[in-house]
Amino acid sequence: MAVATAARTITIAEALNESIRLEMRADPKIVIMGEDIAGGAQVEHLEDDEAWGGVMGVTKGLVHEFGRERVLDTPISEAAFIGAAVGAAATGLRPIAELMFCGFLGSCLDSLLNQGSKLRYMFGGKAMVPVTIRTMIGGGFRAAAQHAQTLYPMFANIPGLKVVAPSNAADAKGLLTASIRDDDPVIFCEHITMYTMKGEVPGGEHIVPIGKAAVARPGSDVTLLGVSLTAVHALNAAETLAKEGIDAEVIDLRTVSPLDEETILESVKKTGRLVIVDEANPLCGLASHIAGMVASRGFHWLRAPVGMVTAPHSPVPFSPVLEDAYLPNPQKVVAAVKETCSKAS
Amino acid sequence: MNLSQDQLRSMYRTMVSIRNFEETVKQAFAKGHIPGFVHLYVGEEAIATGVCSALRSSDTITSTHRGHGHCIAKGCDMNSMMAEIYGKATGLCKGKGGSMHIADVGKGMLGANGIVGGGPPLACGAGLTSVVTGSGDVCACFFGDGACEQGTFHESANLAAIWNLPVIFVAENNGYAQSTPASYHCAIENIAERAASYGIPGAVVDGTDVFAVHEAAVEAVKRARAGQGPSLLECKTYRHHGHFEGDQQTYKDDLYKSVSQGKDSIRDFRALVTQHGWFTSEELDAIDQEARQAVEEALAYAESSPLPQVEEVTSDVYVSYP
Ligand SMILES: Cc1ncc(C[n+]2csc(CCOP(=O)(O)OP(=O)(O)O)c2C)c(N)n1
Ligand SMILES: [Mg+2]
Repeated sequence: MAVATAARTITIAEALNESIRLEMRADPKIVIMGEDIAGGAQVEHLEDDEAWGGVMGVTKGLVHEFGRERVLDTPISEAAFIGAAVGAAATGLRPIAELMFCGFLGSCLDSLLNQGSKLRYMFGGKAMVPVTIRTMIGGGFRAAAQHAQTLYPMFANIPGLKVVAPSNAADAKGLLTASIRDDDPVIFCEHITMYTMKGEVPGGEHIVPIGKAAVARPGSDVTLLGVSLTAVHALNAAETLAKEGIDAEVIDLRTVSPLDEETILESVKKTGRLVIVDEANPLCGLASHIAGMVASRGFHWLRAPVGMVTAPHSPVPFSPVLEDAYLPNPQKVVAAVKETCSKAS
Repeated sequence: MNLSQDQLRSMYRTMVSIRNFEETVKQAFAKGHIPGFVHLYVGEEAIATGVCSALRSSDTITSTHRGHGHCIAKGCDMNSMMAEIYGKATGLCKGKGGSMHIADVGKGMLGANGIVGGGPPLACGAGLTSVVTGSGDVCACFFGDGACEQGTFHESANLAAIWNLPVIFVAENNGYAQSTPASYHCAIENIAERAASYGIPGAVVDGTDVFAVHEAAVEAVKRARAGQGPSLLECKTYRHHGHFEGDQQTYKDDLYKSVSQGKDSIRDFRALVTQHGWFTSEELDAIDQEARQAVEEALAYAESSPLPQVEEVTSDVYVSYP
């Protein structure tokens, strides 16, 4: 399959697929694995055609080009195959493993908590674990408590893991490429509702560095910070706020760990106000961490308390009315910004 | 066969109720009335029915993402089930769980489960409770062929064996885990052979034959209740629809399709009991009609039920909170 050399508008799923395809072409040490990542393994009439190409179709067509030796369907054995991806990475391959839903972290935690993240450190820097774990985060699909979680804070709490979560198609391609090439384990979070979102994506090689937040919209009155889907909410909220005379600067975090503290602080220095939008649970979470970081490093610039729009401290409910109430959305962000802007000085 | 007329009638009613319930869910889902994902049990009715008809009401079961049939066979109320699948306040879980987490602890139904392999450890726990309290109850643990490749299954089978727990592990082998054939994901042909490595009895039964399933389950339950520990029952079956609604099923080969067409537990049951003169077709038709009506009622109940109140988002996280 030819990959365009010029920029064009494609979906996030296509952008991810393109990144994997280009990297696999360039590096024979890359293998991909996951449940039904091709699908229909050893089904005779499929003649090695895929049955699914991943539950969300992200890996469609890859088995055609790279064959079943490099595109591996796995049994439902997350502990074994995520662990195997870590082990293969430590011994010379550069695997990309798909953990379908991030809630399945429960089924393979040891491989990431005690093995992949720590090998390099425990071995005194003498090991390298260049593995990428692609996983789905987020609600909105009515998938309920076990399939709608947003767990990047849990991953980010583990030293040794890098954690990435893009909000648009170009970043999806560029950050995935950077993740694959990175020599450390990277947890690459894909929001379940965003695969069909389209955006302009550069053709050919495209890299967005890990650890660099983006100023997605410059502004002067308040800093709105989001990541993955909440960066999109922040941008939408900023449009509404602009009509009401509030000029919000939007920071798309893009990488949760390592955290780009400087970009955040620079913005807060300029605006004096910060509202953080985060779909994860709040206790010991991303929003509270950033609020703490800003309080300790940029307190003197703050003109109002840091606002936070997060999920509540509860699992994700099933019923659409409940899930809608649970999730952050642009209206909640607008309300939080107004509250923040109404506060002192 | 040691089954009374009443037992037979009840087993048939359970199977047709499940079939009707699932086909109704399928239609409602296609119309966009049901949020989220649904995984249908059509084709596999004889397993839940055959096993649960060997249980008493205080026994427990653990289930899977494909859990509606297990619920019905364990006696859950279809109105509240349908309301749950619709996300309504009157649902079994107040609309907070949905199809993948439908549960009725009071009925011994310890929950459908979104985590493949989530059930077996819970079943060991239920078995332990039975042993410690001396209740004599058993736990039937349902899981798919795909779940057999989870460490939790192996660890639980061994734990149940060494602790002599009253657990019946029921592998529902429908040949596929999503689009992945069991012949690929499993190194051996019969999952039941693994029983030998845990030192427990293992049996392969035709999972479309409710009599065969029931007989094997009765045997396993008897052992478990007598303090002789767990068993592994592999029920070979066929999933008539997709993995979830919307699945194109290109991976199913002609053989699977034709065999699954030819193996219909409900049709086979009817043929057998009418041949023997135990029931007339008219009697069975009347049960069909009752089941259809009950499911229609469930649908109407779900559709007309109120939505949950938003306060429910943060309730039930803890029993108490300071
Ligand atoms: C831990 C975990 N891994 C993966 C999944 C995604 N998933 C849901 S159902 C399923 C297939 C299950 O196959 P099987 O156990 O054979 O049950 P069946 O669907 O055939 O009834 C998979 C992979 C999951 N829900 N949980
Ligand atoms: Mg199966």
